[in-house]
Amino acid sequence: MAKIDFNDDAAVVIIGSGAGGGTLANELCQKGIKVIVLEAGALQSPSTFINDEWKSFGQLAWLDTRTTSGTWRIAKDFAGLPAWICKTVGGSTTHWAGASIRFQEHEFKVRSHYGPLDGTSLMDWPLTLQELEPWYARAEDKLGVTRTNGIPGLPGNNNFKVMYAGARKLGYKEVHTGNMAINSQPRQDRGRCMQLGFCFQGCKSGAKWSTLYTELPAAGATGNLDLRPESHVVRIEHDDAGKVNAVVYHDKAGKQIRQKARVVCVAGNSIETPRLLLLSASNLFKDGLANSSGQVGRNYMRHMTGSVYAAFKEPVHMYRGTTMAGIIQDEAGHDPRRGFVGGYEMETLSLGVPFMAAFLDPGAWGEDFAWWMDHYAHMAGMWLVGEDMPRESNRVTLNDKVRDQYGNPVPNVHFDDHPNDVAMRNHAFAQGEKVYKAAAAIRTYRTPPYPSTHNLGTCRMGADKSASVCNRFGQTHDIANLFISDGSQFTTGGAENPTLTIVSLAIRQADYIARQMTARAI
Amino acid sequence: MRVIPISANASLTLVDESSACASENGEVPRLDLPLTRRSLLRGSGVMMGTLAAGSPVSLLAPSTAWALELKSLSKSQGEVILKMGRALYPHKRLPDAVYALLVKDLDAKAAGDAATAKMLSEGVAALDQAAGGSFAKAPEKKRKELVKAMEGKEFFAAVRGQCITSLYDNDMAYKVFGYPGSAWEKGGYITRGFQDLKWLPAPPAKASPAPYLG
Repeated sequence: MAKIDFNDDAAVVIIGSGAGGGTLANELCQKGIKVIVLEAGALQSPSTFINDEWKSFGQLAWLDTRTTSGTWRIAKDFAGLPAWICKTVGGSTTHWAGASIRFQEHEFKVRSHYGPLDGTSLMDWPLTLQELEPWYARAEDKLGVTRTNGIPGLPGNNNFKVMYAGARKLGYKEVHTGNMAINSQPRQDRGRCMQLGFCFQGCKSGAKWSTLYTELPAAGATGNLDLRPESHVVRIEHDDAGKVNAVVYHDKAGKQIRQKARVVCVAGNSIETPRLLLLSASNLFKDGLANSSGQVGRNYMRHMTGSVYAAFKEPVHMYRGTTMAGIIQDEAGHDPRRGFVGGYEMETLSLGVPFMAAFLDPGAWGEDFAWWMDHYAHMAGMWLVGEDMPRESNRVTLNDKVRDQYGNPVPNVHFDDHPNDVAMRNHAFAQGEKVYKAAAAIRTYRTPPYPSTHNLGTCRMGADKSASVCNRFGQTHDIANLFISDGSQFTTGGAENPTLTIVSLAIRQADYIARQMTARAI
Repeated sequence: MRVIPISANASLTLVDESSACASENGEVPRLDLPLTRRSLLRGSGVMMGTLAAGSPVSLLAPSTAWALELKSLSKSQGEVILKMGRALYPHKRLPDAVYALLVKDLDAKAAGDAATAKMLSEGVAALDQAAGGSFAKAPEKKRKELVKAMEGKEFFAAVRGQCITSLYDNDMAYKVFGYPGSAWEKGGYITRGFQDLKWLPAPPAKASPAPYLG
């Protein structure tokens, strides 16, 4: 591990160590570039992860104050917790379920494909699936995605058995144990899945890919990485010419430190990334960094989500084994005859008793709720995740009325479901219920969205500088040495779990940054 | 004590006072049975009960008798809250000892915060008054109606929200609902029934390959 001086202005500073930041760090280090990673959270390891839902939540989740507004149900159920993402080394790759699916071709050009849609800011990506394919291939190899690179699929658990039986009876064809970044057999110094059932709590067997114990140690081994946990960045600074040249952060002791930088890459997930750009407003950039378009913080997407749980006469024990144990992909395509544009995936999901009580139907009580908890061991569950519509009014802003531990305005997350999101959710709920009824469910339940795990789009990439924050490489239009390196750069969300695409973009971005540095363009 | 607020209106707040896990190995001690024999007489009241001998839950406890020493609430206030918990989340199979955890957690909050103590005290009084004297002694159906009538009030939100963590995040509830909790120290489920469901046909190997056991 390198130790880079605070006044050394030759390194690339990456803010965040998750799927985007952690991957980018390793890729740059492998090319011989000095990198400093500033991570707000603390360092854990598989041995310190906890198989206990609430305790793990306290260990890994981002719990700094946030506020919400808008008509989404989250603002009522979890007003202070819009997102279920992580503040820890490895970011939300500690928490993710591992689903690793490529975007579909049309999802890169939704404006052309879906046409204009009232109340949306649909826009084509400035890149195509063909351009991204080689990077997807590298990402799949890096993550060890099942059903790619000759890696067998994972064995399906009981929850998957129920999904499979119902789905096939209903006539669905694309049903299997998924493309997962979880080792079905030992690979690249990581063991095989032990079917622990605590994927969301950090994988104690290390079978699930996380930058915590793959990318970051690999980067460290090059001698080019200076990883600084518990370093919370509060401001990015720039010189008179408008190039970024330093970041200011609070260390573990709360001491404020200024680290000089040649390049700054922001990968704080789609709430903190725009927040940091907005917090860094200056005389030169009065509306925040990279915000000449006014788009920083806008087009916040969180995927159309919902869950269906079902109770059966016989036991299921869905908590045994991988949380996301299988997928139905038949609804993932674009078929406007269903009454909405875009598509959705259906993926098994399970919660333990503590989180089932918290999330089955927040605020609910009485005999019906108790009936469901009584049937816990007989329940199967699936998560519905689909493309939601980008809207300029869905946005992350600074809430000046509420301050965080460093005295800075907290982020407010405003979201209103678009009618397309609602139509898609209702369709997905109905199909999910049909799947379980086909498997002889005695009852089914429509569970509302959890706090967002797929936060996207608040610094979107685009060809038009007046309507986007960064270009096709995540380089901000306004500041050449400032990059967006996480899901914030997504132009639109696609139906798929976003991590594989975030990783692919990070590998590609590393290649671009290295070339730009060599050419002295940055 | 570590407090993790996850809702702005504080209707759902996690209070974890049972010492966090040992961070060196992630082991989770679970010692939340409200059983105590020492210093029973220093607090504001004591609630007691018995676990049905031979019940699954009783196997977890060193004794079938349980006692909860209250720091702020009176015994009769504790009983109202216990019964209110049962009206909110009626589980025939959950023993009173689990609902006593709700009382224990709210009592701890009341002991630490005068405003909470006042709010709980007033809420309990309102329930008693609505019941014509004693909420705890009212018939079950009546109790449910009285609780329903409180919906929307701060007291209702505080008790209901506390139920989520108090009633459903403890070893007794795990046992009753059939959730074993931590799995890593037992080697996960790879050889312990993650695909033991027999009432549906097994998916073909193409959809669900055999586990690697090498």
